Amino acid sequence: MTVTVAATASTIATPHFEWSLLSPMLLVFGAALAGVLIEAFAPRDLRRPMHVVLTLGSLAGAFVLTVVLAAKSSIFAGGKPGVVAAIGTVGVDRPTLFIQATILILAFVSVLLIAESSHEVSSFTPQAAAVPGSAEEREGLLAGLSHTEVYPLTLFAVGGMLLFPAANDLLTMFIALEVLSLPLYLLCGLARRRRLLSQEAAMKYFLLGAFSSAIFLFGIAMLYGYAGSVQLSAIATAAQSGLASSTLLYAGIALLGVGLLFKVGAVPFQAWKPDVYQGSPTPITALMASCTLVSAFGALLRVFYVAFGQLTWDWRPAMWAVAIVTMMVGSIIAITQTDVKRLLAYSSIAQAGYILTGVIAANAAGLSGSLFYLAAYGFATIGAFAIVTLVRDRAGEAAHMSSWAGLGKRSPLVAGVFALFLIAFAGIPLTSGFNGKFAVFRAAIQGGALPLVIIGVISSAILAFPYVRVIVLMFFSEPAAEGPVVVRPSAYTGLAVAIGAAATVVLGIIPEPLLSLASHAASQLFVR
Amino acid sequence: MSTFPWLTVAGAVPLIGAIAIALTPGRSAAGSPADRRARDLLVKRLALVFSLITLALTIVIAVKFRPGGPRFQFQQVYQWIPQFGVHYAVGVDGIALVLILMSTVLMPVVVLASWNDVEEVAAGATSAAPGKRARRGRSAKSYFAMMLVLETMMIGVFAATDVFLFYVFFEAMLVPMYFMIGSYGVGQRQYAAVKFLLYSLLGGLLMLVAVIALYVYSTHGGHQGTFLFTQLSHLALSPTTQKWLFLGFFVAFAIKAPLWPFHTWLPDAATSAQPGAAVLLVGVLDKVGTFGMIRYCLDLFPSAAHFFTPLVIVLSVVGILYGAVVAIGQADIKRLIAYTSVSHMGLITLGIFAMTSQGQAGATLYMVNHGFATGALFILAGFMVSRRKSHLIADYGGVQKVAPVLAGLFLVAGLAGLALPGLSTFVSEFLVLVGTFTRYEAAAVLATAGIILAAIYILWMYQRTMTGPVRAEVANMPDLKARELWAVAPLIALIVVLGVYPKPALDIINPAVHSTLVGVHSRDPVPPHPASAQARQASTTSTAASSTAPTSTAPTSTAPTSTTSLVQHRRGQRSQTLRKQGSSA
Repeated sequence: MTVTVAATASTIATPHFEWSLLSPMLLVFGAALAGVLIEAFAPRDLRRPMHVVLTLGSLAGAFVLTVVLAAKSSIFAGGKPGVVAAIGTVGVDRPTLFIQATILILAFVSVLLIAESSHEVSSFTPQAAAVPGSAEEREGLLAGLSHTEVYPLTLFAVGGMLLFPAANDLLTMFIALEVLSLPLYLLCGLARRRRLLSQEAAMKYFLLGAFSSAIFLFGIAMLYGYAGSVQLSAIATAAQSGLASSTLLYAGIALLGVGLLFKVGAVPFQAWKPDVYQGSPTPITALMASCTLVSAFGALLRVFYVAFGQLTWDWRPAMWAVAIVTMMVGSIIAITQTDVKRLLAYSSIAQAGYILTGVIAANAAGLSGSLFYLAAYGFATIGAFAIVTLVRDRAGEAAHMSSWAGLGKRSPLVAGVFALFLIAFAGIPLTSGFNGKFAVFRAAIQGGALPLVIIGVISSAILAFPYVRVIVLMFFSEPAAEGPVVVRPSAYTGLAVAIGAAATVVLGIIPEPLLSLASHAASQLFVR
Repeated sequence: MSTFPWLTVAGAVPLIGAIAIALTPGRSAAGSPADRRARDLLVKRLALVFSLITLALTIVIAVKFRPGGPRFQFQQVYQWIPQFGVHYAVGVDGIALVLILMSTVLMPVVVLASWNDVEEVAAGATSAAPGKRARRGRSAKSYFAMMLVLETMMIGVFAATDVFLFYVFFEAMLVPMYFMIGSYGVGQRQYAAVKFLLYSLLGGLLMLVAVIALYVYSTHGGHQGTFLFTQLSHLALSPTTQKWLFLGFFVAFAIKAPLWPFHTWLPDAATSAQPGAAVLLVGVLDKVGTFGMIRYCLDLFPSAAHFFTPLVIVLSVVGILYGAVVAIGQADIKRLIAYTSVSHMGLITLGIFAMTSQGQAGATLYMVNHGFATGALFILAGFMVSRRKSHLIADYGGVQKVAPVLAGLFLVAGLAGLALPGLSTFVSEFLVLVGTFTRYEAAAVLATAGIILAAIYILWMYQRTMTGPVRAEVANMPDLKARELWAVAPLIALIVVLGVYPKPALDIINPAVHSTLVGVHSRDPVPPHPASAQARQASTTSTAASSTAPTSTAPTSTAPTSTTSLVQHRRGQRSQTLRKQGSSA
């Protein structure tokens, strides 16, 4: 089964680590540690530029290393789907590398938002420890302080995200989950404006996240009791033999599923998403909405395809139910939203439902469709949040939808690009969103889930309404007298928006390269 | 046939025009109002020139089209998204060709007719709210650019021979139209635009399920999945599957057409749109629905089409009568015209689903004629409205005394709406009714009643607006200007010419209608119209000699002799391996 030395040797041997196979993650974690050192030793003026260079550089470097790994033939020699590295804890295979590469690119674009230098647009509080509204807070603002800790924290989170979908045993997966979550809990509370809301969001996210981690851990315990191992492949083998008590197995699947679906934000585990997306600093929301979603879906796919791949018939009905309520609840509640970030949060919930239809297909087409969808959605969502950071009134971001009225007349370009993202979310052809939807729906129909697809398109039609309403507001309504202004972004945010828009259009018109990459990545599923 | 990509070029020219317009300096650029006006004029001229070039190209295509040749001509097939089995595949049969031609004729007309619409919206809004800061004028630039983008999509949607490509254009064309109504419309434009978009989107998404399912069925049996129409039309589908897929497509087309009871978006959208946009909406976008029915619903799902025919016939007849009765009661000119369209579109679907050669040829011709006739009506009504600044019929009276040319042309367009003999719509309406009568007598009789109602709504509207004593408000109404006359004259000319001599159009349409009827395994029930029977006999004998040996599996049991030879000829020509599961005709 596994090819590691330690697992098969009877004597205690030095663990053998395939450093090169882990290099992308090691680079990101290393850069995160270096970031902590910068924070400790570098002079205050130099910190920010050093962090930006280090963070962007390490993400780009890790991306290159991932591509190099994907091109390395020795991993896939003899038609293998990949190899298991680091004493059986990390799987290195094509879907994982695809997911990691996606996370790295999306994280790169998100960091561009985080690095926004203009004082006006910066989303982070100067002093997180200062009580909102206090004198210290004002002093910090005046002194022009900034929390440069966000960069190492982000890198730690991204490192966790890279490990999460790669983890080949459940304990590693749990650790990755914590590594990715803890920095995010902190980052959520760092918003510059409306700080109480931000702190509330962080608190909520932390509490609910801690619950879900506990449930996840409980599920691991159940599965360990069932299979006598936390390795995904061992669980799969045990499930196939069917000797042990299936109660433990099903309880384990359910609890593990809850933990994963929480991160994905599927109904009924979605409650945190709107509040957290709304309260967090918008660049962090963009990071969560894109990278965390990709990572969580990666882990979900791996667990359900590898460990429970033989049990499709057992988990599919429950997953059907989750997908249906996720699509419907996400799209229906989105209609009532009046805050742009909350709207995007509910839209993200519904999109998670569409991706779940691809997961449910449980075939290579479903995997490749989900991979494509995740990449396409990630770019559009970062772009959308980037625009949210630009539309501002006196109190900061003009989050309330009514103040977006007439934006199309004041700033046609910004409003037009935002409309493009909304049209992509709505799945209109010639945008990436349509091709993504098409890919997962096709896989679902091939997998026999036609009713699910019908519900999916009904949900899409419902979800189109809130998007269209925003477009109506922006283009067809008169501008409000005291409306928001669109600030001129620095090159960072501008670049992030441009990347998001370009990806949305290009993946809409010529999706073939990425599609065949995804399909190539998914052709042999995950390594076991 | 030359390999020059005529269709692609014709489709690309408007897009290039749109890009050119987008690159001109915008309203926010510096300059005095005079500079601004000059820039707007440049935009309009560009739009006109590019739409005329497109028209010229499509006329060349029409001239080079050989009615006796293969069904699809000017074909181009390239892989687009191999992962999905999607091709960039274009080609036209006679039906698609005349519809493309209609769209490209309408486009320069609409550009000319909309020359000042955008400014008037801005001016009207400013004068309505003088207290507020004068709103920045709406830009003519984006209006005309969207119009040209829409033209590209119209050509694409009719020319696509790949179902996915068709779907892409079908959905994507909503976006420019949505903005044209929502940004530049009048009255309840936001409501109308959203209603239009959501209705169409819902239908489109249901169709998407059917499109994907069609693809998945094409992969069964180890085949490489495909969206190519020519391959899909040979797909063997079980009757139950056909019914579901038919419904998926049909609902989308019925909303688009619109067929009663899916029509409620149309009066709102057409009333709120500018006259030019309304012409494109009713004249062209609606035809995409009926075109889709004839091309996709019938050819891909023949047995389901037969199964649902009674339902469609009933809906069509209800639509004809309902649209006409409601039109009589309208107080708003544009709304009235929109309801007449509901009635006429019912007549078109009736002709399509009568499944006779006259019915379908008539329906196709009607699509074209309706585009011209209703287009002319909308444009003339728009000219009138822009003078009097009112949509209400009651606000007019005696216009023919102050603006005789306007009134006269309005009368001609109106008479075309009620299918007066000698005008083009009469030919098509007659063919539809004859084609329907041979199979569904009751439906034809009821539909004929719709024509009587048409006389009421058209003539009564004319009487209330144009005749009678001159009202004070219209006393100073100027007659048509040269630009306006040039805009509407071609349409009136076409209405008259096609009314007297429809043969060129019918020659192009007929072969395509025959292949559709063969695809749907239908034949004319009684000895058909002598002329068309002769024509068909001639085409059968002339082409049978050159055709390859017919496949032995042709369903000879279900088709009688005269049609059988045609069936075998077509099947031999397509040299397919799969065979469609045909129901008994």
